[in-house]
Amino acid sequence: MVKKGYAMHEITIPISEETILSLHVGEPVELSGVMITGRDAVHKWLSETFIKRTREPRGDDLHVYEALKKYLDQGVLYHCGPVVSGIDTKQYKFVAAGPTTSTREEPYQADVMKHFNIRGVIGKGGMGPKTLKGCTETPGVDFHAIGGAASFLAQTVQRVVGVYKLEEFGVPEAMWVIEVKKFPVVVTMDAHGESQHKAIDDESRKVLDDLLQMP
Amino acid sequence: MRDITNEILELIRRTSSSLPKDVEERLRASIEKEAPGSAARGALETILKNIELSRANSTPICQDTGTPIFYIHYPEGWSTRRLREQVRAAMVEATRRSYMRPNAVDAIYDKNTGNNLGGDDFPTIHFEEVDADQPLVIELMLKGGGCENVGAQYSLPNNNLAAGRDLAGVRKVVLDAVQKAQGQGCAPGILGVSIGGDRGSSYIKSKEVMFSKMGTRNEDPKIAELEERLTKEANEMGIGPMGFGGKTTVLDTKITGMHRLPASYFVSVSYMCWAYRRRKLVVRGEEVEYD
Repeated sequence: MVKKGYAMHEITIPISEETILSLHVGEPVELSGVMITGRDAVHKWLSETFIKRTREPRGDDLHVYEALKKYLDQGVLYHCGPVVSGIDTKQYKFVAAGPTTSTREEPYQADVMKHFNIRGVIGKGGMGPKTLKGCTETPGVDFHAIGGAASFLAQTVQRVVGVYKLEEFGVPEAMWVIEVKKFPVVVTMDAHGESQHKAIDDESRKVLDDLLQMP
Repeated sequence: MRDITNEILELIRRTSSSLPKDVEERLRASIEKEAPGSAARGALETILKNIELSRANSTPICQDTGTPIFYIHYPEGWSTRRLREQVRAAMVEATRRSYMRPNAVDAIYDKNTGNNLGGDDFPTIHFEEVDADQPLVIELMLKGGGCENVGAQYSLPNNNLAAGRDLAGVRKVVLDAVQKAQGQGCAPGILGVSIGGDRGSSYIKSKEVMFSKMGTRNEDPKIAELEERLTKEANEMGIGPMGFGGKTTVLDTKITGMHRLPASYFVSVSYMCWAYRRRKLVVRGEEVEYD
């Protein structure tokens, strides 16, 4: 749904409030700077330990939390479980790194965005009404990367800056801090309450209803 | 019997990094259906660039290297126990070489084993014995979690969809599954549909049917017609690549039938993402062939 004629936005992380408010659904963006990966285990852990506080911090939790605050303030969180080489030698290199399905983070995302002042989450498949509201309140946006384009997207990763919770969460669920250059995404949920996913869902539902009436 | 661990490793490398040509051709053909400058077209162009890059560099097409599903047709006299050991050894090495992401997570203790081995069921291996003079054939499918999550199983009749226990009912529930999936299964997808069986066998069959080439139609003209119709109607919903909107939502539909209990009428829909990774290894004596 990128409408023809949209100019590419080139945005550097950290992202200002003004920049994020200038973005609208359908616009292509290239992101550069340092971002961090986080998916299912991370969202559950953050929510339980630091937001809802139903679980006591343990191990290196507080240390990791302090580091995360620095990266996530006006930062970007990438829903991604990469393939990384050099696990044995710690000479980490991103081999394949496309987005994972974002909707699994719907129960947590808005709270996590607001807690850390996150300007953008990157994933695929879009998110629901709770996150959309979170986008307007933070403010932030949902960026969509091309699902499955893992080798292609890994090439935008210039270097792995570091990793948190690798042993505890495993390679796909760990928090990888990466520096990217011109990481391509499309805005599919903006800070003005618009969601491309809702629009397509509604339109396709109407077509389905018609198809279901046919013999 | 000979040790074929290295050949299985090569099968895994090819499956993870080199998309089958018939799938790539379908994706390439669909580009022209999408408007120039549209996000749908941009998505397909990126997908094709990624396919070429992965093949050239032996890197995974998708970082989710999926559930490894093996079908091993072994000549009478081969040891399934040894074949299983060789598959598992190849899987560990493939993970070490980054052809595979460590993907086996203990569901109760939340621990990733780190080497793609988990209990007796990860990787999944199906064995089928063939005559002693036949070659050993190993088929491998890697099915990502995003598309697996949008698979669906319906028990007919389904009142909400007014779907009865017949092919008209099957059509309705399959279209419903596509609409519910939106772009989350990494559209454009391929549908594997199984009608009948019990809940378990039906889902397994809905994946087995996807080992056939793109465009392979069911032998029954009535079912073949339904396959074509479902692909066409799914594409009318406008979901498009990645759910960006567009004309390419489903690349192909494959349907198979099973026997069912009088009381049950299951329709299982397995959704395969565009990264439709399936490859074959054939071993005849010393001769080794990959598709």
